[in-house]
Amino acid sequence: MSQPPKELRTLYKSELAAGVYQPTRSPEAKPFWDGCREHRLMLPQCTACKRFHFYPRAFCPYCDSRDIAWVQSAGTGSIYSFAVVRQKIEPAFAHLLPYAIAIVDVNEGVRMLSRIDGSPDGVACGKAVCVTFEELSPTLTLPLFRLS
Amino acid sequence: MSADTICIVGVAESDEIGDLPNCSGLELQTQAARNALADAGLTKHDVDGVVAHTGGRMAALNFSEYFGLVPKWLEETFVGGASNVSHMDTAAAAIRSGICETVLVAYGTTPRQGEYVTLTPEYADDFERPFGPCFPVGAYALVAQRHMHQYGTTRAQFAKLVVESRRWAALNPKAIRRKPITIEEVLAAPPVVEPIHRLDSCLVTDAGGAYVMTTLERARKLKKKPVAFLGAGHAYTHRSIAQKEDITTSGAAISAPRALERAGLTLDDIDVFEIYDAFTSQLLIMLEDVGLCKKGEGGAFVERTDFGPGGDIPLNTSGGGLSYLHPGAFGMFLVIEAVRQLRGECGDRQVRGARHALVHGNGGVYFSEVTAILGAAA
Repeated sequence: MSQPPKELRTLYKSELAAGVYQPTRSPEAKPFWDGCREHRLMLPQCTACKRFHFYPRAFCPYCDSRDIAWVQSAGTGSIYSFAVVRQKIEPAFAHLLPYAIAIVDVNEGVRMLSRIDGSPDGVACGKAVCVTFEELSPTLTLPLFRLS
Repeated sequence: MSADTICIVGVAESDEIGDLPNCSGLELQTQAARNALADAGLTKHDVDGVVAHTGGRMAALNFSEYFGLVPKWLEETFVGGASNVSHMDTAAAAIRSGICETVLVAYGTTPRQGEYVTLTPEYADDFERPFGPCFPVGAYALVAQRHMHQYGTTRAQFAKLVVESRRWAALNPKAIRRKPITIEEVLAAPPVVEPIHRLDSCLVTDAGGAYVMTTLERARKLKKKPVAFLGAGHAYTHRSIAQKEDITTSGAAISAPRALERAGLTLDDIDVFEIYDAFTSQLLIMLEDVGLCKKGEGGAFVERTDFGPGGDIPLNTSGGGLSYLHPGAFGMFLVIEAVRQLRGECGDRQVRGARHALVHGNGGVYFSEVTAILGAAA
């Protein structure tokens, strides 16, 4: 996988047009993206020190081991923080307004930035969430979270 | 101040600031550069080192050619809004090492005309941008929300910092928002990314700024009283906001003590504080991290402290990014105001007897924090 998924490029199109953002390549994260398509949250775990890390690298950022296994997460966690987007800022997401973005502490011990699936009402720091998947296309699925 | 002290000898903004459809960012950079050199009593022929970080890759080269310079030394490290604060340290190091003698640091952008600072492609962005995070404001909103949750900080406490900023801006003829404002008016502004509302955010203006640094020996022969660069501290803690373990504490908690230690001073020695204010919540957190109050007590501290003219702690005496101007990055303008205060040039808003200033630059989504200490000439 030398290119980002095509839909990521589409998503970034408005930014690309403005010259603001170039999509990047994350081939080391292929099992993550593949897992999302199968509605499984796959996380990289270090075989040596057992710690999970995110975003995915080909090595453990804690102990530098290159022995990484991909493990399916239970997909549960809690909201570390959130923010509610009320104004059109990024055109690609205007149709979602209002929506909450969130930093989620996933129970395996990693932190992910994501979006809350559903209304931002009732979203609060500390609330339990579970993963849900948004299929943008046959080839790109994003992991979102909803209140448990 | 010792014989090898490096000084700031000239500072200036571009000829105009605001909404400038007929200027490029490079043109604003050259206006500011020309003005800063004139302020020092120098010409561009005296410059042998150049720092510029906006205008794409090889930004310093682009600027040097445009302005007509053939420098011996270039530098263009880009760490967001803190860049021009960090450049004081690198320029001073270059001068002290003998690579060059007189460094021109120039900045200029036109965000009102849709000119953005191009973001470098980032691996980590694949795991944040598809979710619509609306960075940078979204990142600061996540930070503000967590601070409110963890410490009970309120939007009204954040809002008071706008009120204080306007009190200074009223005394600065160049400031864009000069009308007094109330906490209620700040709270009533429409939400952008909650908990951040419109008036909690800095201005978006076109502007340029520049400063000139040289040796103390040369500085003593120039037009204005030199201002000494006494030391800086840096902290680069993360690149993506979700990678920061405790988002309620910034790298300022590391950079500020380092800067004070290098300057051989304590917070009690500081007469003027120029602290980056992109968002009110970010400013409140930096007040904590710089060490003016304990972590988590920023809300109550802001409520009880007068940061305005004649008050307890002179803060952002130009009106800051909230009320004076904010062209993409405000670090340059923190330096300009601190130098003017230490020279005693600020007229109605002059802090009496200002001897030492603390300048704190914040960059990106909180990722780069650089504190510098400046001192008036002995």
